[in-house]
Amino acid sequence: MRSIINYLKEIILGVWSLLKGMKVTGSYFFRPSTIVTQKYPSNRKDLVMFERFKGEVVMPHNEKNEHKCTGCGICELNCPNGTIEVISKTIITEDGKKKRAIDKHIYRLGMCTFCALCVKTCPSNALAFSQKFEHAVFNRAHLIKTLNKPGSQLMKGVE
Amino acid sequence: MEEKVKDITSDEQQEYVINMGPQHPSTHGVLRLVVSLKGEIVKNIEPHIGYIHRGIEKMCESITYPQIIHLTDRMDYLSAHINNEAVCLNVEKALEMDIPDRIKVIRTIMSELTRIQSHQLWWASFGMDLGGLTCFFYGLRDREKILDIFEETCGGRMLVSYNCPGGVMYDIHPNFQKRVKEFIKYFRKILPEYDQLLSGNVIFHERSKGIGKLSLEDAISYGVTGPSGRASGFSCDVRKHEPYSAYDRIIFKEILHTEGDTFSRYITRIDEMWESMNIIEQLIDNIPEGPYSVKMKPVIKLPEGEYYQRVETARGELGVYIISDGNKNPYRVKFRSPNFVNLSVFNHITKGFKIADLVAIGGSLDLVIPDIDR
Ligand code: SF4
Ligand code: SF4
Repeated sequence: MRSIINYLKEIILGVWSLLKGMKVTGSYFFRPSTIVTQKYPSNRKDLVMFERFKGEVVMPHNEKNEHKCTGCGICELNCPNGTIEVISKTIITEDGKKKRAIDKHIYRLGMCTFCALCVKTCPSNALAFSQKFEHAVFNRAHLIKTLNKPGSQLMKGVE
Repeated sequence: MEEKVKDITSDEQQEYVINMGPQHPSTHGVLRLVVSLKGEIVKNIEPHIGYIHRGIEKMCESITYPQIIHLTDRMDYLSAHINNEAVCLNVEKALEMDIPDRIKVIRTIMSELTRIQSHQLWWASFGMDLGGLTCFFYGLRDREKILDIFEETCGGRMLVSYNCPGGVMYDIHPNFQKRVKEFIKYFRKILPEYDQLLSGNVIFHERSKGIGKLSLEDAISYGVTGPSGRASGFSCDVRKHEPYSAYDRIIFKEILHTEGDTFSRYITRIDEMWESMNIIEQLIDNIPEGPYSVKMKPVIKLPEGEYYQRVETARGELGVYIISDGNKNPYRVKFRSPNFVNLSVFNHITKGFKIADLVAIGGSLDLVIPDIDR
């Protein structure tokens, strides 16, 4: 007799515990405000990343096509995995002095681990992170980028 | 010939060897278990590791100390922040630096947030391993809130790389305190739902109570740390026994349970989430003013010698051992990773249980494979 009662008790308790769980899941049906799912490709327009989001390394240029990179190579030195390659050239300034300037600042997005060491250690704050996160391309070669725009120059006043 | 085939299939003494993994969803990564079965009973498990070995320890020898940080992110990716902190603390200890209180408090809050999000993901996947798919969605939904906090302050979601020797990379975001408080208010309401969904469920009880018992003696002799060890009553919380950062100034309990089975490992982690929220609440309103990082020399060189620092990650005790010969690169780096040690007890506690229990026990040990292989 006792074993039958225990058996029935177990069944009832078991069903009760299942119902308790179902109550939680069921209650979400009536609380549509708790839905967090985003419809990704169609919400692209109002999908804004946080300003510190590390999407990719970029070199901001101003409207006169000038950047702040002096070509010192510190970012290349600090990058742990050889993502950055700074190719510099020697130019002759207006007053006739020889000076080092940047020819190409090559950034291999496919190798970058987003540690932010380059951005942090650049002495003239020439690098920054952009919030772009859609990096898929059809060809690996597209992941190798030149950060300084063609024809760009060093900003006045940056040493 | 026919006779022979019959023999093999009918022989009950025959052991049956199967491969579980490296691509099995319930091994949570590329872990391969060679399981010997007799019928449904597990006789022996032989873990084969190394599928995601990247040689992090060796790589560390050729890069500088600030550069090591981003590699430690990629060991136990769910405790990324705490791994970073371990290396930073070790470097700071070697340089005998005084770290301002603000940095200590920020690091502690971040570590506890990391612990909560790691346990949330563990809860999610553990529920899924045992057949409760709802858990997976709920766990990830709540974890997203913490990841958003990380993203706003650190710029990264999982691999934050937020610590650097001498402090943290950026100051906390102006919204940080508000968001953390919002999260705690939200999660205090949600965590009881976890209990209603899984902790009180009969099917879950049947599958976890008394399964995979690990005694206190075995926990100590195998060196099982973290929630898995504490569920067996092994008091091994580094935060308590050897406080680092701001853990010496806050009041918190070390969660201890004594049964040592799968269910008590589960309850230990749930309780730890409550405790982590207590810790954050004590600190979040009084983050001291001050700099967020100490100015370091451009090239950090540790004095010659050996340095060791241990921290409590979400899975146990992580030790970082650095030998320096005075150069800008370490001479040798060794990580004592909690998962590698916890894996060693897997065979011992699973023997004699059914193959379905193997999944439950594996889930309750909460292994992260990249941390095992490094
Ligand atoms: S980006 Fe900055 S660190 Fe890199 S070469 Fe230019 S100025 Fe130097
Ligand atoms: S973020 Fe790190 S890995 Fe990427 S380019 Fe900068 S230094 Fe190199």
